[in-house]
Amino acid sequence: MGSITLKNVSKVFGVHAVIPSIDLDIDDGEFVVFVGPSGCGKSTLLRLIAGLEDVSGGEIVIDGKNATDLPPAKRGLSMVFQSYALYPHMSVRGNIAFPLKMAGEEKAVIDKKVADAARVLNLADYLDRKPRQLSGGQRQRVAIGRAIVRQPEAFLFDEPLSNLDAALRVNMRLEISQLHQQLKTTMIYVTHDQVEAMTMADKIVVLNRGRIEQVGSPLELYHRPDNLFVAGFIGSPKMNLVAGAPAAMHQAHTIGVRPEHLVLSKERGTWRGTVGVAEHLGSDTFLHVNADGIGTMTARVSGDFPVTHGDQVFLTPDPQRVHRFDDKGMAIR
Amino acid sequence: MARNVSTQRKLLTTAAAWTIGILIFFPILWTFLTSFKTEAQAIASPPAFLFFDWTVENYFEVQSRSDYFKHFMNSVVISFGSTLLGLLIAIPSAWAMAFAPAKRTKDVLMWMLSTKMMPPVGVLVPLYLMFRNTGLLDTRTGLVMVLTLINLPIIIWMLYTYFKEIPGEILEAARMDGASLAKEIIYVLTPMAIPGIASTLLLNVILAWNEAFWTLNLSAARAAPLTAFIASYSSPEGLFYAKLSAASTMAIAPILILGWFSQKQLVRGLTFGAVK
Amino acid sequence: MATLHTRSAARLMIAPSVLLLLAWMIVPLAMTIYFSLLRYNLLMPGMEEFAGLSNYTYFLTDPAFFQAIFNTLAIVLGVLFITVVGGIGLALLLDQPMFGQGIVRILVIAPFLIMPTVAALVWKNMFMNPVNGIFAWLAKLFGLQPFDFLANAPLFSIIIIVAWQWLPFATLILLTALQSLDEEQKEAAQMDGAGASSRFIYLILPHLSRAITVVILIQTIFLLSVFAEILVTTNGGPGTQSTNLTFLVYAQALLQFDVGGASAGGIIAVILANIVAFFLMRMIGKTLEA
Repeated sequence: MGSITLKNVSKVFGVHAVIPSIDLDIDDGEFVVFVGPSGCGKSTLLRLIAGLEDVSGGEIVIDGKNATDLPPAKRGLSMVFQSYALYPHMSVRGNIAFPLKMAGEEKAVIDKKVADAARVLNLADYLDRKPRQLSGGQRQRVAIGRAIVRQPEAFLFDEPLSNLDAALRVNMRLEISQLHQQLKTTMIYVTHDQVEAMTMADKIVVLNRGRIEQVGSPLELYHRPDNLFVAGFIGSPKMNLVAGAPAAMHQAHTIGVRPEHLVLSKERGTWRGTVGVAEHLGSDTFLHVNADGIGTMTARVSGDFPVTHGDQVFLTPDPQRVHRFDDKGMAIR
Repeated sequence: MARNVSTQRKLLTTAAAWTIGILIFFPILWTFLTSFKTEAQAIASPPAFLFFDWTVENYFEVQSRSDYFKHFMNSVVISFGSTLLGLLIAIPSAWAMAFAPAKRTKDVLMWMLSTKMMPPVGVLVPLYLMFRNTGLLDTRTGLVMVLTLINLPIIIWMLYTYFKEIPGEILEAARMDGASLAKEIIYVLTPMAIPGIASTLLLNVILAWNEAFWTLNLSAARAAPLTAFIASYSSPEGLFYAKLSAASTMAIAPILILGWFSQKQLVRGLTFGAVK
Repeated sequence: MATLHTRSAARLMIAPSVLLLLAWMIVPLAMTIYFSLLRYNLLMPGMEEFAGLSNYTYFLTDPAFFQAIFNTLAIVLGVLFITVVGGIGLALLLDQPMFGQGIVRILVIAPFLIMPTVAALVWKNMFMNPVNGIFAWLAKLFGLQPFDFLANAPLFSIIIIVAWQWLPFATLILLTALQSLDEEQKEAAQMDGAGASSRFIYLILPHLSRAITVVILIQTIFLLSVFAEILVTTNGGPGTQSTNLTFLVYAQALLQFDVGGASAGGIIAVILANIVAFFLMRMIGKTLEA
């Protein structure tokens, strides 16, 4: 079924190597998220898999067959685009039916599959509307409907939630996850939002400058980042990174401590500092503390911890949870 | 935001704009009115504006004397024929330039536009001789060919600017959905670009309808469109104002009406997408 | 960004237009160059012989040639001046709130839709005719001597006729540009204490510069080869007073049947157009990039 293997895949635009060389295995039925800052090559990688761009070198194997030179239509993949890319001149029905029409399916079969997809996605009442008459979330569902009717080997999602408002994004995140559980089809999902990556993925691929920094399950990446980049990218608020003398005490070039692994006290502790900004979320409070001789550190404390701007506090890292990195930024284990 | 303007000022603007508008339109209005006069009334001094004996005699006379309908059909065939042929050639090219641009695409586009800068007299002589030798002189086919080539750069440029506004992701979606390039252009791009294609069609029909260098030089009697039909009135017969007016009205009315009905597309087309 | 497949398809789809336009440019142009080096008159078939550059020397020493160059430039610049200045004025007027704006726009747009032969004939006979024209009647009304426009000021008359045809084009483009000016910008300028004239100079005119450039570019292309208006009004005369380069070459070729001479004239016209285009493109490149 939908296993995808990238062997030594590279992409060069002009003289600029966007992706120097990537090897990756994606198992059938996995939900894989490509995550990284903008310009890291994650969308390019997705487009290479889709066949919308040619690889400059290497091989793409889909479902055991070499698909490197196949046109997009022949790869058995469906894609949901960032802008949804619905056909504005066709009704919802026409949009969902389009891939089936292109495949030359019979009218009765098309009607049935469209009706099924519409039911699954709660679109049955909107089938005769045009995309411009739909809300953002509904458009998103139509795009997904268009993708699922073909029963592809795998789904590709290119930042599908970035055009939605915050509340809707949380909903759609859930819906896509549920869809994955129902269909059990391979999904590759591109995002720059590490929260989406953490909440949805079976496997996260962290990309930076066209290279894979680390591959692993969300909790693996959170607990055991391979390097400084992953440590800083995964987790919110960001991990505190400290170099110099405090790190040397741990026999490292740099150490990292997550905000939730800093113990806060008003009396004593390892580092002394003053509270800059306190962000009260109710359940938690994020404190931005100006630690003497170190710089700003973020600490997460319980929502009822009594503290305000200008207070003096002490921070103590949980020694079990200190991440150590060498001078090349690689984790020391 | 509604602007707060005094009624007085609005009335003043209205008066000024209408005066200028009517002045600009007056030659056409005057031609129209004169076409219903007798020849004597047409040159009467002082001129009669509305109070004269209205007659449609001139129209029948123009038709019987110089066969208006033949020339009208020539104009229709030549302007629509050249525009449709141009669109057929231009749509794939504009697709390629808008959605699969290469390094030189911009240069090719500029080069195409620059062919419009070439003065027609630069190629008049060989074209005239070629047409004479191949029997294309004074044929609709010959004129369709020439006008297609003349307007091709404009058609490509206009389509290109319209296509540029269509997000490439939608075409990529069609590709993912299994559409071949031909189907992608026929089922997705063309329907989405209908407004743009329509205004391109319109503007180029107008340009071709009114083109008066090649149509005058490469046609004589059989294939002569309305531009040449009217030019035959430049001889002393032109002094018969009423008939001249009737002929003129018949020559310009179709395109004038077409232009008025599609004003909105026309404005967009006129600016070649360069001004929005 | 695309795949090899789409790129090669793209090349295939551009090919017809490129080949057609290339053929349309190169083949006749090469033939024109070839003819321009021959002594070749259609009235004397079979007498063609190589003539070197004599056709060019003939053309370049002909006083009519310099007159034609002057007339060509006068038509282009005269019409551009009238249409751009008039167009800005009209556009500013039409941008104001008024009653029946749509109808006024229809009235103003109309001359652009009129074929050149009709426009020229109507103006020539019904307006500029010294006996029966409207202008003659108006002159008599004010006790003046009617003026024979086409005999005494042929070039000026042609400029007026052509300007009438192109004024709508300039007006509409400038009006469209004007309407895209942000209302808040105007209000901000008003808050800053800018009067009507300084708003025009510092806000509106810079905003229109792109549209003005487009007007100049497109009109110049068409104005360089004004033909029908001359053919049906003055036939280039009296003498060569209203002959532009296009008309001169036409007369040489199809009235005097001098293929060689006309071809040389055509090549000179092409060279001149290229010089104009060069300056135009530079100017436009600057504005459009900004």
